[in-house]
Amino acid sequence: MITLEKRPEPSKLWTAITPLLAVVATMIAGGIMFAILGKDPLVAIRTIFWDPLFHEQFASFSRPQLLVKAAPLILIATGLAMGFRAGVWNIGAEGQYIMGAICGAAVGLAFYPTESFIIFPLMIIAGALGGFLWAMIPGILKVKFHTNEILVSLLLVYVAEFILASMALGTLRNPDGNGFPGSRNLKEYPSAFNADLIPNTGLHWGVVAAIVAVIFAYVLFSKHMMGFHIRLAGQAPKAARFGGVEPARLILFCLGTSGALAGLAGMFEVSGPAGQISIDFNVGYGFTAIIVAFLGRLNPIGILLAGLLMALTYIGGELASFMLGVPTAAIQAFQGMLLFFLLAVDVLTSYRIKFAKREAA
Amino acid sequence: MDLSAISPTLLIASLMVAATPILLAALGEMVVEKSGVLNLGVEGMMITGAICGFAIAVETGSPVVGFIAAAVGGAVLSLIFGILTQYLLSNQVATGLALTLFGLGLSSLMGQSYVGIRPPAIDKLNLGPLADIPFFGPVLFNHDLMVYLTLALCVGIWTVLKFTRAGLILRAVGENHDAAHALGYKVVKVRLMAIMFGGACAGLGGAYLSLIRVPQWTEGMTAGAGWIALAIVVFASWRPLRVLLGAYLFGGVTVLQLNLQAAGLAIPVEYLSMSPYLITIAVLVIMSAPRKGGKARASLAAPACLGRAFHASN
Repeated sequence: MITLEKRPEPSKLWTAITPLLAVVATMIAGGIMFAILGKDPLVAIRTIFWDPLFHEQFASFSRPQLLVKAAPLILIATGLAMGFRAGVWNIGAEGQYIMGAICGAAVGLAFYPTESFIIFPLMIIAGALGGFLWAMIPGILKVKFHTNEILVSLLLVYVAEFILASMALGTLRNPDGNGFPGSRNLKEYPSAFNADLIPNTGLHWGVVAAIVAVIFAYVLFSKHMMGFHIRLAGQAPKAARFGGVEPARLILFCLGTSGALAGLAGMFEVSGPAGQISIDFNVGYGFTAIIVAFLGRLNPIGILLAGLLMALTYIGGELASFMLGVPTAAIQAFQGMLLFFLLAVDVLTSYRIKFAKREAA
Repeated sequence: MDLSAISPTLLIASLMVAATPILLAALGEMVVEKSGVLNLGVEGMMITGAICGFAIAVETGSPVVGFIAAAVGGAVLSLIFGILTQYLLSNQVATGLALTLFGLGLSSLMGQSYVGIRPPAIDKLNLGPLADIPFFGPVLFNHDLMVYLTLALCVGIWTVLKFTRAGLILRAVGENHDAAHALGYKVVKVRLMAIMFGGACAGLGGAYLSLIRVPQWTEGMTAGAGWIALAIVVFASWRPLRVLLGAYLFGGVTVLQLNLQAAGLAIPVEYLSMSPYLITIAVLVIMSAPRKGGKARASLAAPACLGRAFHASN
């Protein structure tokens, strides 16, 4: 009979090992999935995890993509992790990402075709503000009316998607686009274009912002009172309240910060890699970032690594669909599986497994 | 714009069809939450049920077998959630999200060869002369069997929860799992059964979308229906008959905005399409807001152990 015995406190060793264990388990389960799809599992796993970085033909293209894909994931996940630690569940980052992109692009397009160095910084502010305000809706409703932030933030994703469609088809549509949906391409507008800082490396301003966010979050959690309050509220809500933590302030801070970061991610994406507001602009970074946050153990440094790994599965997935005909949906299932395994092996950090004889209850 | 083109009879009749998938999912989730478990994976289970039901109905040519497959598919998927949260004590919010993300990926993987196919048609139930009654005939007596089965399920759940021992045990487990455990009830087993029931209901709801309401398979076709079902459970204060009311209210809004789109209202289509989500949020706010000098309706009615992990050592 296997029983679980609660550890006095979570094991540090297992906290570090479990993500790796989950990745290995996912590779095995994913291999089985690929085998069922009729693909050679070893080749599929190699194509996803190895070839994007080291294949002589593709690596030169996919290595920069790694940064392009990892930046929004890390940026969003860093914000989400703050909330998750405090027990504030913002799962609508996808919506905040969209709103950030719309606001950022709208500011840029409003100045078209003026050229000025001030435009891009203004777009950054607008992007962050857009995401911030969108996240404030569940925040304020939670604080004022105790409305469940999980449901509100998630439902607002669908609302944001409709706003995106309306913008791409109407308000922000390219007037010179012959009636095709989608805004002007910001890549052709130097003042608003988020170009690679070093050409062909994928290193755009979003990557810089992601690194800055990770450093800030690290300092916040380890040195700052707010970080301590966040951790306290998550682990012992009652103690936190006696300790003078204002729950309302904490909720607004967590939602606002994560919203602003998601908005920034959307803005850097629309002004750089995507280039324009289009109906299918969002590709689910806001949801994948939830997996990244957990895979990184809600720890900024962990999120940095998890973001890179998850970006790798995106690029490897594209490669596998191109090379082996693996459907792209398989990668989504693969990512979902990773989160399952992660949550499953997580039990080892706070419980010890004991093999004991069954006792009378 | 021509509002006179909207017929109230047809509106109410299609409202019942529009509400059925959400009603099924919400009823299942309500039972799960009554047992003290918060499963946020409704969307994932619904869409998995949608493709399971669709694929099997197409392959066998039988919608009935399709619906059974959808229920099984939803239940199997929910079992992953059950094992993780009940045996491995994982965080319910995170696991539910994982279930949704995984379900969305899995379903589009399974559904690749089913895009653009029409499922076998499902006849409306022939209720003879009843369907000929003016107004009430088309509104109430001219639907497929699933609409009536769903209504029966609603009444059934209400009866079981209110009048039977099984219902009492389920509620006890949800209100105070330590006390229920001390009384000798198998908390984990009860919860697993509730979770699988919820999964089966969500699967049926999804299959209703793909087999009857739409009827077609497209990726991500549930479009937030699972989340709205979750919101309706809160709106209903965990009561089966109010779940019915909530689902019909939501169905009504959906059908009305579709009709307004068709009638060419001066509001852009996108803004009409987002109205069901906005109204769901508004209703959530009303239900969650604290009343004068007291607690909110919703927080009073919520099962006391909702979302809390149970481990016999605690």
